[in-house]
Amino acid sequence: MNEPKFVYVTYIATTPQKLWQALTEGAFTRQYWFGQSIESDWALGSRVVFRSGSEVHDYGEVLECEPCRRLSYSWHVEYHEVFRREKPSRVTSELEPMGNEVKLTVTHEQFEPGSRVRDAVSNGWPLILASLKSLLETGRASLLTSPDKLRGARERAIAVAEGVA
Amino acid sequence: MSEPTFVPKTIYIIYIASTPEKVWAALTSSEFTTRYFFGRSVEIEGKVGGRFAMRMPDGRFDIKGRVVEWDPPRRLQMTWAVDFEEFRELPESLVTYEIETLGKSVKLTMTESHQWDVPDAILAGGRQGWPLILSSLKSVLEIGQPISIDVPMGPPKEMIDAIRQAVATRPWRAAGLGR
Repeated sequence: MNEPKFVYVTYIATTPQKLWQALTEGAFTRQYWFGQSIESDWALGSRVVFRSGSEVHDYGEVLECEPCRRLSYSWHVEYHEVFRREKPSRVTSELEPMGNEVKLTVTHEQFEPGSRVRDAVSNGWPLILASLKSLLETGRASLLTSPDKLRGARERAIAVAEGVA
Repeated sequence: MSEPTFVPKTIYIIYIASTPEKVWAALTSSEFTTRYFFGRSVEIEGKVGGRFAMRMPDGRFDIKGRVVEWDPPRRLQMTWAVDFEEFRELPESLVTYEIETLGKSVKLTMTESHQWDVPDAILAGGRQGWPLILSSLKSVLEIGQPISIDVPMGPPKEMIDAIRQAVATRPWRAAGLGR
């Protein structure tokens, strides 16, 4: 049996267009996602990469792309062996406009039994999505997800994963 | 029969660019809660065992409980009974807020715990409400404005149906509860 999916919902005072840009363009993700750029042409089957400077970390493949509404890609976490040995999981972002806000639902699923990736992303998503909300509403992302925090966040994730392995 | 114990069923974590004192004030003072908690004003006695209630905009209460932990500005826990129609039959739940300082931000963790095997259809109410309430709390503290969407105030129909069914069969008696 697969591990339970991870679901996080938040509401952001923005437009679906701006939120879509923030989810799909590296110039935006760098600001709220520990300095990482997401890169893809977002055609079905195209490669998705997460990059910090010249270093490519994680990668995946576009599974669904309905601009301003729904984006789904597979995700293989590369930065440490404890995560790299798991098969890719799947991330889906759904955007629903509601008045002056957008409801954003991020579902991360298809984890292996006993997945360490699931623990890591369950800690990461609330932080990243809170930072995204702050960026779109205030123009400033959270300091907790600035580029200099990436190493520490990964070291903690690895320590947790190895602690329970 | 052993004492019923509360088991966490819904957890929502949100990070807010604020101070623990401001987040505590936002959780415990009605001038804040009316802005982000579906218009409800909190009434809370600041001590363990103190009374806790949420008053709706029309003046009626729909949630009542008592304070279990009062540790400003770090930890607040209260029993949580929905004082509304069929909901009155349900055993009370427990809501815990934990506030942690991380640099210039605060991590707020809300945990909703139950004493019996609550069906997902009933948990769905909280799982829909908490993200909206706490996203709105974050906006109030960061930009001075709540999330303003018009959402149906009432619980989803599936939730009401599940509550009616639970009230008819009282599955919580298996956990040694009666109310």
